[in-house]
Amino acid sequence: MTALRPARSPSRPSRRRAPWSLAPAAALVGFLGIALVAPQVLATHDPFALDYAAALQPPSLAHWFGTDESGRDLYSRVVFGTRESLAIGLGAAAVGLAGAIVLGALAALGPRPVAAAVDRLLEVLFAFPALLLALLLIAIAGPSALTQILAVGVGTAPGYARMVRGQILAAKNSGYVQAAVALGHTRWRILRAHVLPNALRPLVAVFALSVGQSIVWASSLSFLGLGVAPPSPEWGALLDAGRTYIVQAGWLVVIPGLVIVALALTATTLGRHLQAGLERGEK
Amino acid sequence: MTAIDTAVRFERAERRDVPPAPRLRVRGLDVGFRVDGAVRRIVSGVDLDLAPGECVAIVGESGSGKSVTARSLVGLTGRGAVVEAEELSLHGRDVRRFRSRDWRRVRGREVGFVLQDALVSLDPLRPVGAEIAEALRLHGVPRGERRARVLELLAAVGVPLPELRARQRPGALSGGLRQRALLASAIALDPDVIIADEPTTALDVTVQAQVLSLLEERKRRGASIVLISHDLSVVARLADRILVMRSGSVVEQGPSTDVLRNPVHDYTRALIAAVPSAATRGRALSPVAPPAAALGSSRPAPAAADAPVLRARGLVKRFVRPDGTETRAVDGVSFDLAPGETLGIVGESGSGKSTTAKLALGLEEPDAGTVEVLGEPWSPLPESRRRERRRLISVVDQDPLSSFDPRWNVERILVDALPEAERRDAARRRARVRELLELVGLPEAVLARFPLRLSGGQRQRVAIARALAPRPSVIVLDEAVSALDVTIQAQILDLLTALQRSSGVAYLFISHDLGVISHLSDRVLVMKDGVVVEEGTAESVFERPAHPYTRELVASIPDLPLAASAS
Amino acid sequence: MTRTSSSDAPVVAGAPAPAAARPSRLRSAGRLLAGRVVSAVVVLWGAATVAFFAQQLLPGDRATVILNIRTGRAQRRTPEELEPIIAQFGLDRSVLQQYLDFLRGLVVGDFGTSYQQFRPVTAILGEQLAATVTLSLVAIAISWVLMVVWVTLTAGRGPRVGAVGSGVDVVAAGLPHYWLGIILLLVFALGLRWFPVMGGTGPAGIVLPALTLAIPLAGFMAQATRTEFERALEQPFVVSARMRGMGDTAVRLRHVLRHAVLPAVTLSGWALGATLSGAVVVESIFSRPGIGSVLVTAVNSQDLPVVVGVVTLVAVVYVVANLAVDIAYTLIDPRVRLS
Repeated sequence: MTALRPARSPSRPSRRRAPWSLAPAAALVGFLGIALVAPQVLATHDPFALDYAAALQPPSLAHWFGTDESGRDLYSRVVFGTRESLAIGLGAAAVGLAGAIVLGALAALGPRPVAAAVDRLLEVLFAFPALLLALLLIAIAGPSALTQILAVGVGTAPGYARMVRGQILAAKNSGYVQAAVALGHTRWRILRAHVLPNALRPLVAVFALSVGQSIVWASSLSFLGLGVAPPSPEWGALLDAGRTYIVQAGWLVVIPGLVIVALALTATTLGRHLQAGLERGEK
Repeated sequence: MTAIDTAVRFERAERRDVPPAPRLRVRGLDVGFRVDGAVRRIVSGVDLDLAPGECVAIVGESGSGKSVTARSLVGLTGRGAVVEAEELSLHGRDVRRFRSRDWRRVRGREVGFVLQDALVSLDPLRPVGAEIAEALRLHGVPRGERRARVLELLAAVGVPLPELRARQRPGALSGGLRQRALLASAIALDPDVIIADEPTTALDVTVQAQVLSLLEERKRRGASIVLISHDLSVVARLADRILVMRSGSVVEQGPSTDVLRNPVHDYTRALIAAVPSAATRGRALSPVAPPAAALGSSRPAPAAADAPVLRARGLVKRFVRPDGTETRAVDGVSFDLAPGETLGIVGESGSGKSTTAKLALGLEEPDAGTVEVLGEPWSPLPESRRRERRRLISVVDQDPLSSFDPRWNVERILVDALPEAERRDAARRRARVRELLELVGLPEAVLARFPLRLSGGQRQRVAIARALAPRPSVIVLDEAVSALDVTIQAQILDLLTALQRSSGVAYLFISHDLGVISHLSDRVLVMKDGVVVEEGTAESVFERPAHPYTRELVASIPDLPLAASAS
Repeated sequence: MTRTSSSDAPVVAGAPAPAAARPSRLRSAGRLLAGRVVSAVVVLWGAATVAFFAQQLLPGDRATVILNIRTGRAQRRTPEELEPIIAQFGLDRSVLQQYLDFLRGLVVGDFGTSYQQFRPVTAILGEQLAATVTLSLVAIAISWVLMVVWVTLTAGRGPRVGAVGSGVDVVAAGLPHYWLGIILLLVFALGLRWFPVMGGTGPAGIVLPALTLAIPLAGFMAQATRTEFERALEQPFVVSARMRGMGDTAVRLRHVLRHAVLPAVTLSGWALGATLSGAVVVESIFSRPGIGSVLVTAVNSQDLPVVVGVVTLVAVVYVVANLAVDIAYTLIDPRVRLS
């Protein structure tokens, strides 16, 4: 019974300052952008050159992130690994979100039996811890980059699908859709003009969040030796390779892990800001 | 009435020991909030005295600073607040030096505070008895005595079956019981100052009347009351003195009869004139004239013996409650709406009036009965056949903001509502949108703006413009002015009256507010529990109510003791 | 029905008949529980079905695959070699028959035989389950303590404290288990030598693995709890409690916290799933025995009965946990029976 609250005064347009928290995120995005297009610009060494004399050196001026067991420069390997790591993260996020949109839309808009069935299916899939779902897939198809993308995508899709379903239903039951019905607009027009845009717009932010999450998931699989295999410089593979030397050369795991954490946090921060921005525009 | 006798005797008793020291004394109260380092002033220069047994009302619209003033009296103004005053004393003690521990001792024991809507003002997860007992516990009432005291208190505020109610959570109680329980928790330690912040807002009129009599009784027993309200008529009944606030300052204050009968300040006059009632029928409520475009030439003469534009026969709508039982939200409702007429549907919450509106709009399908629009079947009918005739009947909701797509600006909202032919032709489209804006009195500058950035009144004007866009024969207004401040409400009501005169559109006007209904309606339907209990012209229903329920409703309308509203 | 903000919501209005209240509440709670059990069974059946058909998807002749997995060599096999395998796994029967056998096995707690170890999956898992469940429960307990203390201390204390508080939430929630685990291992086991490097199952051995699971979980739950906490602090019932003379700390603990933890309670079924999958990584880092290490080995060698067994087992645990959560939720928030 939220009936009769006195009208609120219109919110004042808030001053928009450049958020400082975005500065490191922007720097990292710029860095990764270059690493993606032209890694040789940023790399200090040949990422594949073996130099056993310089094996397992801790971080120094010559080797910023240290060297691995074969004397390869870890920093350069991280730079060169960007492309594959991001490709896996973006690919998995895309697979996950595409699946989520299809399933979520079916569960919200499909004919009644279909919607109910998909809804149940989502519940079943959501009930699975995502990592187990991914492992199940890898157990069948065997480890590879493609499996990893699919596994992470399939693992994250149900959660997002439920979100999409919720968004669509919220839009469908909103006051503005009812107003459009009262204006005599057709179902299809209402779907196109109101329901889908309002339901799917928040997914821009979700995609950013999901890329970060996917990279973390994918790297967890690699860490377990179930992703891209060494000697690839893909970040997860670096973790996998470095595990053997945790005691002697902790940086081999700590630094690639730090890069992944930084990237995931950046994606989260960007996603949050996008989300907040979208909400400010709405409310 | 014995109540009056006691009150008079009490006054005499007071008069013997003149002058009574005020329980609360405020001089030059300033309140501001820190926003981004700067202090934004919300309240400035408020003076207030509260004598024993006196009720002082603070009246104002939203943003006037009345609630902030009330809260700063008990040191709970909120985070970032800067409170300054030349004097701020309670029972003779300077509270400006109070530390939080001192405040805690005062709150509840010396000052009781009652907030709006107990559904959210009582912890929804705890039984109401526990909430009341908490007040006792905090002020050192031993555990053993609390239970008995709680039951006593509930009985004292007129809650039947106190044993049962004390165990229930706020969600299980009706609005009236909840508000009484809240009152019980505020007076648990018998404080001699009670601050009530909008204690009756959002309550049905009958419940509102009950809550006011409870406060009246406390006053009779010697409590001093600060009553905060946006509603002059609520205040009129209880207040000895009235302070009228506007944007943070007191614009007028004095004994309530003076303020209500001979208001000095223009704003007070506007505020009083804006209150709709049967007496204001056919008169403008607001000093701001409706837009010239809305006034038009004159009302197109309604053809004699017009067929109704909207006709409902025997409407029934059932709902299944979560616990599986079935209720009839609407049960056998019939009415006719003639062209250019206003039919008011009035009822309390749960009476089925909004469901009736949805059935009329064809947004819900009736379980039985029919609706006809312009003599042709409308409901039940498949949506595809209704769609092209939907332009005949429009809607304006209570909350316009949620009825606008948040991604669309005003122009797009209006264009979207135009008939196909006008929408396709750029020149006609532009002309029509401009015309609509003129009709509702909005500047063209709002076209590019988003509803979020508009004021409540502007939003409602956009909603009305959208409703007018397809040139409907009927507009259904569902609590369309209920969320607005009274002066804004006055402008919108004036606008609606003007638009009806110039265009001859019929209104189905749904409201819980008897004042608004009696101001606007030609004929009235009174609904209770899904059934129409009384029907007739506005005059007959409000002056000679036949049904006992209607009589009760009419009796609980708070009156403004106006000599002549100054307009 | 679309809920508009009109005053006519037909449901809430009016006080319910007092006499009828109690029995109908019991009945509706029973109905709710029955509904949950049914949907739990559906979830389990769905999970098992997915898992079974996953096995059918292994490329190549299954008997050959199994034998190759067992011996660790990929080669062609003679029919004589395959015969005992076919007999043992019932591969000569139709897929439907196998599916029904599989389901029947599940009901009596039989997950089949490991391809690699040639032992019943139930036995393998039975040895390892206790360690993992202990780890999960300890981790969840720690994360609740961390989360409640942190949120109560930092939520609703102004923009600066709030920014620090929620910043820590976000960072903690984003930490991958493998990274956090290795940092903890390097600092507290190898550096400070406070805890053993190789986990073991003793009480000292569980601290670091449990923390590794608990910190991200606490961060994740804190995000939801903080939002709710700050929302609850703004509610009128908090103001009216303060108006009765209650202090800020008391309000936080007695009123606000109960509202604030509701979303986290809803999450804790999910949290159990998250810690169980996190255990896969953590057990591998700290060389702890448990379901996780079994699972990784099994996935690596494509030992599907074990993988399927773990997946099904986790689904069971998950479903049971969610049932418990539903019950806990109704205890904390008696309103749910209405909605």
